[in-house]
Amino acid sequence: MEPLVQVEGLRVVVRKDGRDVPIVKDVSFAIPKGEVLALIGESGSGKTTIALTMLGYARRGCRIAAGSIRIGDTKVLALTPEQQYALRGRKVSYIAQSAAAAFNPVKTIMDQVVEGAMIHGTASRAAAEAKAVELFAALALPDPRGIGARYPHQVSGGQLQRLMAAMALITDPELVVLDEPTTALDVTTQIEVLRAFRKVVRERGTTAVYVSHDLAVVAQMADQILVLSDGEMREVGATADILERPTHPYTRSLLAAAAPQLRAGTATAAGTPLLEIRGLVAGYGRVDASGLPEKRILNDIDLTIARGRTVGVIGESGSGKTTLARVVAGLVPAARGTVLFDGKPLPTNLKARTREQFRRIQIVFQNADTVLNPAHTIERILARPLAFYHGMRGDEARKRIAELLDLVKMPAALAARRPAELSGGQKQRVNLARALAANPDLILCDEVTSALDTVVAAAILDLLAELRRELGVSYMFISHDISTVRAVCDEVVVLYSGCKVDSGSRAAITAPPFHPYADLLISSVPELRTGWLDGVPVRTVAAKKPAREGLCTFLDRCPVAIDGVCDREAPPRRALPGGKEILCHHTSSELEQLQAVDTSRPAPRQVA
Amino acid sequence: MDIARSGWRTAASLPMAGRVGLFFVLLWLAIALFGPSLAPHDVGAVVSPDVFAPLSAAYPLGTDYLGRDMLSRILYAGRFTIGLALVAALAASVTGTTLALIAATAGGWVDEVTSRLMDAFISIPSKMLALVMVAAFGSSVGLLILTAALSYTPGAFRIARSLAVNVKTLEYVQAARARGERLAYIAGVEILPNMVNPMLADFGLRFVFVVLLLSGMSFLGLGVQPPDADLGSLVRENIGGLFEGAPAVVMPAIAIATLTVSVNLLIDALSGRATRASES
Amino acid sequence: MAEKALAARLILHRVGLGVLTLLIVSAVIFTITNLLPGDAAQEALGQSATAETVAALRAQYGLDKPAPVRYASWLSGLATGNLGQSFTASMPVRDLIATRLPKSLLLAAVTAAVSVPIALAMGILAAMWRGGALDRVLSLATISMVAVPEFLVATIAVLVFAVKLRWFPALSNAVDIRDAGQFVRTYAMPVLTLCFVVIAQMARMTRAAVIDQLGASYVEMAVLKGAKPARVALRHALPNAIGPIANAVALSLSYLLGGVVIVETIFNYPGLASLMVDAVTNRDMPVVQACAMIFCFAYLLLVLAADLVAILSNPRLRHR
Repeated sequence: MEPLVQVEGLRVVVRKDGRDVPIVKDVSFAIPKGEVLALIGESGSGKTTIALTMLGYARRGCRIAAGSIRIGDTKVLALTPEQQYALRGRKVSYIAQSAAAAFNPVKTIMDQVVEGAMIHGTASRAAAEAKAVELFAALALPDPRGIGARYPHQVSGGQLQRLMAAMALITDPELVVLDEPTTALDVTTQIEVLRAFRKVVRERGTTAVYVSHDLAVVAQMADQILVLSDGEMREVGATADILERPTHPYTRSLLAAAAPQLRAGTATAAGTPLLEIRGLVAGYGRVDASGLPEKRILNDIDLTIARGRTVGVIGESGSGKTTLARVVAGLVPAARGTVLFDGKPLPTNLKARTREQFRRIQIVFQNADTVLNPAHTIERILARPLAFYHGMRGDEARKRIAELLDLVKMPAALAARRPAELSGGQKQRVNLARALAANPDLILCDEVTSALDTVVAAAILDLLAELRRELGVSYMFISHDISTVRAVCDEVVVLYSGCKVDSGSRAAITAPPFHPYADLLISSVPELRTGWLDGVPVRTVAAKKPAREGLCTFLDRCPVAIDGVCDREAPPRRALPGGKEILCHHTSSELEQLQAVDTSRPAPRQVA
Repeated sequence: MDIARSGWRTAASLPMAGRVGLFFVLLWLAIALFGPSLAPHDVGAVVSPDVFAPLSAAYPLGTDYLGRDMLSRILYAGRFTIGLALVAALAASVTGTTLALIAATAGGWVDEVTSRLMDAFISIPSKMLALVMVAAFGSSVGLLILTAALSYTPGAFRIARSLAVNVKTLEYVQAARARGERLAYIAGVEILPNMVNPMLADFGLRFVFVVLLLSGMSFLGLGVQPPDADLGSLVRENIGGLFEGAPAVVMPAIAIATLTVSVNLLIDALSGRATRASES
Repeated sequence: MAEKALAARLILHRVGLGVLTLLIVSAVIFTITNLLPGDAAQEALGQSATAETVAALRAQYGLDKPAPVRYASWLSGLATGNLGQSFTASMPVRDLIATRLPKSLLLAAVTAAVSVPIALAMGILAAMWRGGALDRVLSLATISMVAVPEFLVATIAVLVFAVKLRWFPALSNAVDIRDAGQFVRTYAMPVLTLCFVVIAQMARMTRAAVIDQLGASYVEMAVLKGAKPARVALRHALPNAIGPIANAVALSLSYLLGGVVIVETIFNYPGLASLMVDAVTNRDMPVVQACAMIFCFAYLLLVLAADLVAILSNPRLRHR
């Protein structure tokens, strides 16, 4: 049987400085009906561009220069503009990466979900709305009848992503294009969305193109994988073949980077811990009479970092992990609690700190594009801390700058350039070099690899490990990605909604018993094998109890919450064998029992 | 040498409108610097028995209500207009930017109070403020410059503050704060260089507004007073020729228009280029 | 209802800010007009007046009281409608203004009615066909028109329409307008002159606001759903651009508050602005102060109206 989708020799160019620069070079593939093809690549590989050509669309400045695309009976690139309007949203649908941006903020959700049917006249308004409600239910959305009347800002990210899927399926398209649909979501939300997508795609036998940079996610969703880099095809084949027997070196490097190696830890150092945080409460906004900020982000946090050790702080959006780093750096004042640095109290107010204190704690930020001043050269950026902290100038400074660049594995010639001329990975290295220029004792790494491609990020992690060995510097490593954290850190702390819910050594953190949230987090990380998604237990939460002030913040999502206990008292902190510490009403043996239970039915609810 | 070469390249890459703008801006710059020496006749000399004469070879822009050569009068008045406007616009831009940097970096009540004050000044239409100032203090040159600067500082403040606040949230400024840098360093070294380009464009706009304001005031008789003359007062003194269709009335007004429109075209072309460069 | 409360709170906040700003403006105007020692009573009576007459006049005008007291009484007068006594016309300021204000309002209203539809249409169409011939021509035209001084437009209009073509009278005395035709003839040139700059400003800002929305992700999503350009612009982008467009309209119309000064002078139109110019020439402070406050109040009203429209059109501010 002829494949439903046939693409030959696709070539897309972009207009730059008066010339045509190719961004997609000679790509060909075929998708049989009912199968999912994944386009895998890093940023700049051209995957989104190819996905958009399926709809005959190219972004501003881009042009489809050559090739042919056949979907069913339609030759997409030969269509007139009129016919293109008829194709988009009808025969081929698109699911964008960021649902929050893709929905019109001033129109209701239902208006937008049925708009495709209205434009193409595939159903009457009433029929389309009924179908939409059906789709909402199929995608496991809460309140399928009522959710359509809401506005996009009233609905969460994971729900919006599923609503976008409903919007794409309303006209029963022949092909659905999913463009990184879960990249912007927390990993615990992502798993729900992936499940919903896969169920609906399987039920309807939809043919799909799935774009992603995450091999593990793609392994769950796709039948075929096409590996792209720099706009060129590197390898294409069945999912299992690509994952188990990759032939192209680029594919191999992607697979290697996706499974981060554990780096050697350091032995526990004795003596006063470098950083000790006790009972920290912090937030933003106006401060009320009792000194507490309007918006409380962190609640009663305890954290210790010993000399030369690396502590990882894991949390998803809203957990407060970035605020924690900022408190230590002095950018956010602490409302309550103490921070001790090298045994002495550390003021969390910038004005009260000494220059020495500033020097010994350095912070490295996430977004490589905005972390270096675009108006300064690299030399100037690195010279400043040298002059500011050590009084180094002139030749002495230049020598040290060359040393620092060497330390982060960058050529010394880069010193004369400006940030705009560097790549993301290079900028992050300069960012690190700037922190090292101060000769700090503690480096706060705030999601330093999150914005980078996996291969580049892996290189940065290697660099961090090496620097730790050579210089004996301590890190507080903040991330949302538990596999990265486990790979680099000696100890791990898990934050949820501003509370420390679980902590322990890196070996202990991935062994039961877990705090229920940590359990959810760890089991939501996709593994690099097909069929993983089917094996994950569906954790249902029977009744949504709103989390009230002072109670466990995980209450409304916890599958093992105890009626009558969890909704009345705040959970105690328990120290578990193996150096773990969790915040839960359940004892460690109870948790072990609950979490060893196998997966086909939801975990039993206990009544105390 | 490098600056000249990059300047030439910039000029060559501008679209047509931008080049027209650049041409007239350079022309006016030349007039401001050398105008009086290029004037064919003395500025105050009555050279023709015909008042409100039409364009001719001897008097390329006609003669005014007394029979003086319009071309010469316009060259002198143009220098006056440009000089006044440059000083006022510079004062407005510099003051506005400085206040904005202070407000943005200090934050808190300093920011609140300054912003409220500036908002109040913006609520007074510039011509109204100018009229009130003239009513209270008269029309000396110094006062006119002060009035124009006062009128347009709040606008520059608003734009500069919004730029500064945006830059302030970027991580390299946060990194500087976490280093322990003082506010003055952060404002001057980290934030300011990244605001310069848009503020230069804004300076051009301030200049245009000031020219329009001052010539409008002179037209009403409340701006530059005789014997000094700027382009607006030239229109005023020749208004009697309007019904005869004399060029003396229209020429100074057209002169103002070439100045202001060309600056606008040039700024628009340059910032369009900058936007395209940052998008690619 | 919690929903209404959120919007209502925001609106009250904006109104409160407006009142505060108005107070600061009044303080600024009062300070400026009372800073010079040169005294209004002295001015009114001239050099030859005796000390006693000046003192008597001063007491009559209340100029002998300290500044904060005078400010307070002036402010309360403004609030109650007592705007003081004109120095030169020996009439209550309110009566002077009452004859002129409606004329200015009429001129402004006609200009707004003509300019807003034209400018909005121009701006939206230029944004929809961005980069096309219409857009480029309009862009060039509006950039130029915005920088042209009003008296140039006025003088050229008079030259063309009054002197050469003789369609309209050069002076619009706005006396006894009997019919629509006379209305058009009287108002055509002043309105034309004012519209010139207002339309250019408004069209530019509208175009920018719509282009800003057209670059958003949800617009791309609508295109990918198969929506045609008209639908995308009118049903997706425009509703999101209402706030910025209202802002553009308000700011452009506020230009009228200044530009009308030149127009009223050239065309001898008996409005509020020409009253103010005369008062400035004669140093008639109470009139100057009162007129300035009225113009500022009008500006704040425009800005407040724009803010209200922006708040009410944004569901994020209407619903939690």
